[in-house]
Amino acid sequence: MDTLELQAKAKELRQEIIKMITAAGSGHPGGSLSAADILTVLYFDKMNLRPEEPDWTGRDYFVLSKGHAAPAQYAALALRGYFPVEELTGLRKLHSRLQGHPVSSKVPGIDVSTGSLGQGVSVACGLAKGLKIDKLPNHVYTMLGDGECQEGQVWEALMFAAHYQLDNLTVIIDHNRLQIDGQVEKVMNIEPLDKKLDAFGFNVLLVNGHDIEAIQNAIDKAKACQGRPTAIIANTIKGRGVSFMENQAGWHGTAPKPEEAEQALQELA
Amino acid sequence: MSEKIATREAYGQTLAELAATDKNLVVLDADLSKSTKTCDFAKVCPERFIDVGIAEQNMITVSAGLATLGKHVFCSSFAIFAVGRAFEQIRNSIAYPQLPVTIAATHAGLTVGEDGATHQAIEDVAIMRAVPNMTVIVPADAEETRQAVRQLAEYPHPAYLRLGRLAVEQILPADYQFQIGKGTVLRDGNDAVIFACGLMLGKALQAAEQLAAEGINTAVVNMPTIKPLDSELVCRMAKQCGAAVTVEEHSIIGGLGSAVAETLTENCPIPLLRVGVNDQFGQSGKPDELLTEYGLTVENIAAKVKEAINRK
Repeated sequence: MDTLELQAKAKELRQEIIKMITAAGSGHPGGSLSAADILTVLYFDKMNLRPEEPDWTGRDYFVLSKGHAAPAQYAALALRGYFPVEELTGLRKLHSRLQGHPVSSKVPGIDVSTGSLGQGVSVACGLAKGLKIDKLPNHVYTMLGDGECQEGQVWEALMFAAHYQLDNLTVIIDHNRLQIDGQVEKVMNIEPLDKKLDAFGFNVLLVNGHDIEAIQNAIDKAKACQGRPTAIIANTIKGRGVSFMENQAGWHGTAPKPEEAEQALQELA
Repeated sequence: MSEKIATREAYGQTLAELAATDKNLVVLDADLSKSTKTCDFAKVCPERFIDVGIAEQNMITVSAGLATLGKHVFCSSFAIFAVGRAFEQIRNSIAYPQLPVTIAATHAGLTVGEDGATHQAIEDVAIMRAVPNMTVIVPADAEETRQAVRQLAEYPHPAYLRLGRLAVEQILPADYQFQIGKGTVLRDGNDAVIFACGLMLGKALQAAEQLAAEGINTAVVNMPTIKPLDSELVCRMAKQCGAAVTVEEHSIIGGLGSAVAETLTENCPIPLLRVGVNDQFGQSGKPDELLTEYGLTVENIAAKVKEAINRK
């Protein structure tokens, strides 16, 4: 896919995110929309995947450590062909495999159950270390929220990744600067994030998380880096693509009403 | 008297033995390998041993990643840290996705000794038993530990293996066969039955011996698997004996005593008394002093059996 096609795909992802959260009547639109461009690049360009064979041993792994952005991952998987797009409206409903937070044993393409912040990055470290033990070339990606970096376990995991020189691991931080209680810097400041990651032994890259080509370049650099893991700090806008959701902490975990969804889908058309 | 061996020693030795044959085996520790005895595995198989440093939450969750790749994972720390510090990681990243990780926690119970209450896990079985998909095993001696570790290495479910610091006698007979989910009648009887696990099994057998001298015929059942509980055996022995006592080096809340009580109450109610730590913290002291201080004694077990019989 070229850049224009990837941009169009990201738009489709955002439409599906709005539709499924509206149908569910609950969910997390803000952080799903901020992650949409990065997930598009991973699922439609950079990751080695076989949607028709989800457990293919040669696949790259993606761990959504910020598991509440499940709608973005479900949309990417459905549009990539892991399961029917029509299933997306089952999100969060009784007996649906599309649980509020991703479950590995239920959904094809979901390798790791996440939802409790701080844990996905450790699971990604386990995957990367295990692949190293077996001398396999698969790459492991994980995406964290910036607020998630307030969890102490994140730093245990980052220490581990650098100590074991996990250059097959790329940690992407969706830096949208908002969390439930407000601005990250006011709730509990995590800055200077780049300096902290550098001090923890990471190859640190800063990128505009809504610029497809910039994301592609950063991932190429991450894969080329040897001897240490890479952290991509992706500057993003929470609620990106829907004017009334952008930069509003209130849209972290609130579903749009039908008329709001209609307006959102018009903007994303 | 046989040579005394701690269950943690048997654990480390068995992991080291398995290293050669089970190429999928990976072992993790959080800076306590010399105490948990995973150092025995690290010595023979350094490439598949991972020390995470003093970071139990990360250890448990890294284990989940390794198990996702199909590894057979054992991870170890002291029971208080593995279960206490990393509870939610165990619940959400191992038990919920049903990953085959064995959390082999050592230094459980009061017999940690001089380190005191901060290091004496007396509620770990209760916590692990409450988690769906989790199997909970408390071996009584070295041989039972060896068999449990070998079976858990092939076990496709999450498991909690509770091990001790203190060297313990070989209790089980030479031909003993451990099986996950099964209890074993070690001594038959019809006046009362004692269900015991871990290092209290030996004291339960001694109590039955003393009671026999007084003409009281007490059965003793080894219950290494606390979950899933061998309910069929519990009910059969309850019907045969009509009075029961549970014995464990754990709080009387939530462990073997609670598991047996739940089964009996729902299926075949009989008088039941529990010997265990009576809902209080431990303290510093020598292991034997602590067991005596908290009533984990042969005499107390025998007294409880008589009391249970009187309630028939």
